[in-house]
Amino acid sequence: MSKSKPVLTSSLGRKLIMSLTGLFLCTFLIVHLIGNLQLFKDDAGYAFNNYAYFMTHFTPIKVVSYLLYLSIIIHAVYALILTTKNKAARPIGYDQYDGKANSAWNSRNMGILGTVLLIFIVTHMQNFWYQYKFGTTPYVEYRTEVSTGNQEVLKLDDVPSDYNGYVIYPEPGGIEVVKSKDLYRQVEETFKNPLLVGLYVLGMAALSFHLIHGFQSAFQTIGFNHRRYNGIIRTIGVWVFGIIIPILFASMPLYFYFIK
Amino acid sequence: MSAHMNLTLKVWRQKNSNDKGQFVTIQAKDIADDMSFLEMLDVVNEDLTRKGEDPIYFDHDCREGICGMCSLVINGRPHGPKYGITTCQLHMRSFHDGQTIVIEPWRASAFPVLKDLAVDRTSFDRIQQAGGYVNINTGGPQDANNILIPKRVADEAFESATCIGCGACVAACKNASAMLFVSAKISQFALLPQGQTERYERAQAMVDQMDAEGFGNCTNTGACEAECPKGIKLTNIARMNREYFTAKFFRQEDVHQH
Ligand code: SF4
Ligand code: FES
Repeated sequence: MSKSKPVLTSSLGRKLIMSLTGLFLCTFLIVHLIGNLQLFKDDAGYAFNNYAYFMTHFTPIKVVSYLLYLSIIIHAVYALILTTKNKAARPIGYDQYDGKANSAWNSRNMGILGTVLLIFIVTHMQNFWYQYKFGTTPYVEYRTEVSTGNQEVLKLDDVPSDYNGYVIYPEPGGIEVVKSKDLYRQVEETFKNPLLVGLYVLGMAALSFHLIHGFQSAFQTIGFNHRRYNGIIRTIGVWVFGIIIPILFASMPLYFYFIK
Repeated sequence: MSAHMNLTLKVWRQKNSNDKGQFVTIQAKDIADDMSFLEMLDVVNEDLTRKGEDPIYFDHDCREGICGMCSLVINGRPHGPKYGITTCQLHMRSFHDGQTIVIEPWRASAFPVLKDLAVDRTSFDRIQQAGGYVNINTGGPQDANNILIPKRVADEAFESATCIGCGACVAACKNASAMLFVSAKISQFALLPQGQTERYERAQAMVDQMDAEGFGNCTNTGACEAECPKGIKLTNIARMNREYFTAKFFRQEDVHQH
């Protein structure tokens, strides 16, 4: 038997990278979803803007978010490498290929679904991440009467003079003043565009089909295939990652477009 | 009484591995429905020979589903429209009078076409030679009961060992991946005591050879399992992955030769 070759350039090593980055991105979806659910609060974005500031300025989360961007890139790059190799493994295709007789449509089209997702992610990052950090996200001032909870919301288009990221201070008369970037309004404005709403819903449909196959496929690649746990892995893959999470995400643009 | 039918065959014809090849339409007349698919091709070939034409070249040997030689993609499905059988076990009653049947060879760069429908599957042999064996030091036989193997494990190893090396898994896979075959061959030894000494070296050596032959990368579509005439299960692939990653990450001392 021959001398061993490096693991990360082998077929199984590359698959392992796909699997691990994919699962990491799955866990991120849960965190992202829970945070974004605050968009449904009827508080003019008070909680959501607070959360957005925390997520972009708390160091451990910043570290994880850069890991996340890296994972997206690695997942996409390795998908490209593997797809290229797979195409080379069958240079001449079939005249007839009855794929539906032996496999699910989404399992055979992970690359197309992934490409839709990548387009979605880039658009999504430009819409919010880029605008929030470097773009034209407006500002907001919340003036809350602490004793009654009555809140006055001032939408600001220019940087408040005392703004340095996020300010919170008491004012005489029992008023709590919060000034922050208004990502919530950015969301409202963005989802007035029906094309973007359509793209977001399409993106989430792609996410659904991608994860219905991808989640359980990741476990198979790691080598985790066990009679006792396969059922639960499949159920989580289909219901949590394939149905509940994409539907909740997709409901956000729809909510702002149709209801807000 | 068997019914007879006339069929239109669209067959891949290719003179040799350098030829480009093309589909040729051939009429198959008066085919009895209790013939096997290969017998149907025999009839067509007799006809072609009588006309002085070159008969269709296809692989076959046992014609009873055990040797793994027959290898045709029929109407887009390796081994034809039925599940769990080889091409030689397929009967013409699965088709109907007047039907057009498209017959193609296995398609994979690691299975180059030799002629017409026959492909070169020695890449599978080389994978086997890389590690699909056990070294047995001969000597006095010991009592068989000294090595206890649970029935369930023995059955599992046996099921993996039923792989006939036909290559339908590669043909069915959209990535032309050989992982079902390789995993079956790794599993049949990984499960049994006799396979333990070379266990981790075997896993890495066979995977390395599989990659070197240019087979694709599994994306877990499950097409191989569905089309495998022997019902080799995807659990074998998960086991191969475990064997390989264990070898790579935890058992390097069992892997390196020097
Ligand atoms: S795993 Fe099944 S399809 Fe693949 S070579 Fe073995 S018997 Fe044929
Ligand atoms: S000819 Fe032997 S399996 Fe078909």
